[in-house]
Amino acid sequence: MATAAEPIDEIKRRIDLITNTTARDEVQAGAKLIDVREPHEWDEAHLEGAVHVPQGELLDRLSEVAPDRSERIVLYCRTDNRSSRAADTLQNLGYESVSVMQGGIVAWQEDGLPIVAAQGLTPEQRMRYSRHTLLPEVGVDGQVKLLNSRVLLIGAGGLGAPSAFYLAAAGVGTIGIVDDDVVDESNLQRQVIHTTDRVGMPKTASAKASIEALNPDVEVIEHRTRLNAENILEIISEYDILVDGADNFPTRYLLNDASVRLRKPVVSASILAFDGQISTFVPYEGPCYRCLYPVPPPPEMAPSCGAAGVLGVMAGVMGLLQANEVIKLAAGIGEPLVGRLLLYDSLGTRFTELKVNRDPDCPICGEGAPEIPESEMGKFPDYEAFCAGEPVVRA
Amino acid sequence: MPTVKIPPVLRAQTGGEAQLETPGSTVGDVLRALADAHPGTRPQLFADGGELNRYVNVYLNDEDVRVLDGLDTTVSDSDTVVILPAMAGGRDL
Repeated sequence: MATAAEPIDEIKRRIDLITNTTARDEVQAGAKLIDVREPHEWDEAHLEGAVHVPQGELLDRLSEVAPDRSERIVLYCRTDNRSSRAADTLQNLGYESVSVMQGGIVAWQEDGLPIVAAQGLTPEQRMRYSRHTLLPEVGVDGQVKLLNSRVLLIGAGGLGAPSAFYLAAAGVGTIGIVDDDVVDESNLQRQVIHTTDRVGMPKTASAKASIEALNPDVEVIEHRTRLNAENILEIISEYDILVDGADNFPTRYLLNDASVRLRKPVVSASILAFDGQISTFVPYEGPCYRCLYPVPPPPEMAPSCGAAGVLGVMAGVMGLLQANEVIKLAAGIGEPLVGRLLLYDSLGTRFTELKVNRDPDCPICGEGAPEIPESEMGKFPDYEAFCAGEPVVRA
Repeated sequence: MPTVKIPPVLRAQTGGEAQLETPGSTVGDVLRALADAHPGTRPQLFADGGELNRYVNVYLNDEDVRVLDGLDTTVSDSDTVVILPAMAGGRDL
């Protein structure tokens, strides 16, 4: 039985070492190839078709990676020391056909054989995002997807501020922010991306400064404007995922209609007092905002946070639930809130999940719904009267 | 009795209650009983013809009553009726 103290040369006498071309042929013929190096080595380069199991995890994961002890197995590491120790362990456990690729990936590369090269993360990024890449569901591939993703936040307020902060920390490569407001003292109770010394500064500029200080990987694009039927298609067409934190219904309906037209997913949340709602609308895969809410409530049933107040922490909870949805959509993992509406009651600390169905008669995404002219996007019955009742309508 | 969950915008009309036990064997019965007990909720729930306002969503447990039998949907004592108007709060004006 090998011990940690046993010299590697002794161990190698018990191991079947094969050349890299033999190893290649064996793998092509169906042998299982296992890379026992550490994650950072795997990320830099590995052999095509290999399974990655660091040597220290091998025993714990054997039933998952090699349940059949008669299976043909080829191990490799950087040279061939760690893989020889691993092979010895497997042989002692009764594995019948284990070999080690002599010279490891170093000799493989010296012989000019092909590798799967580094996957787009710099050494700094490997450190920064290591807690993401350690997650098998994310990994380097998922992190690269995040870095390549383009996310637009509608509003840098109660929802957009926490959402933007965490999406930036997570390494979402491009974050656009639509907001034409400036930082006000009354925002600071919940809009954590802004600071006291930036009162009076445009919110987009304040958010950009905070994001750049947090993560230089992120490019922030400021849209210091309000969304309207004239500019919305051009603005949202540049992004993959839209995050709705708008404070008014006209903007929500407008964003819905434009996002369905361009088939962009929208992560939509709203907050009031101690309550929040969130859902993810993926056009034609699930319902849209109009399927859920065919018409908005009258203004007296839709007070704003400015009028009714909102618990600051609540905005953070809902904004981060939005960020969580964005990460899942961008990395292609998990189960987004499509066709589901999640309600959060922060006073009772209760979550309630409701089903949201596609409306076959939806004027925007229903079967056979005609494409509406751009001038009609965002409109709903009594739109003019509704908007007349609102002193200010902003994105 | 079925339980009715009251959204924040209606709580001023229910004396601040977020949840009420309200009698009725259909969703419509329950909501009308709610409106009888708390008349301030009536104009916000029902249009003049007695049908639900279009901007109010009502769920029986987790399912939208629009895909069930609407106000005629049968309700049992262990059910929860959720009243849900749209909210738009997010970024401040």
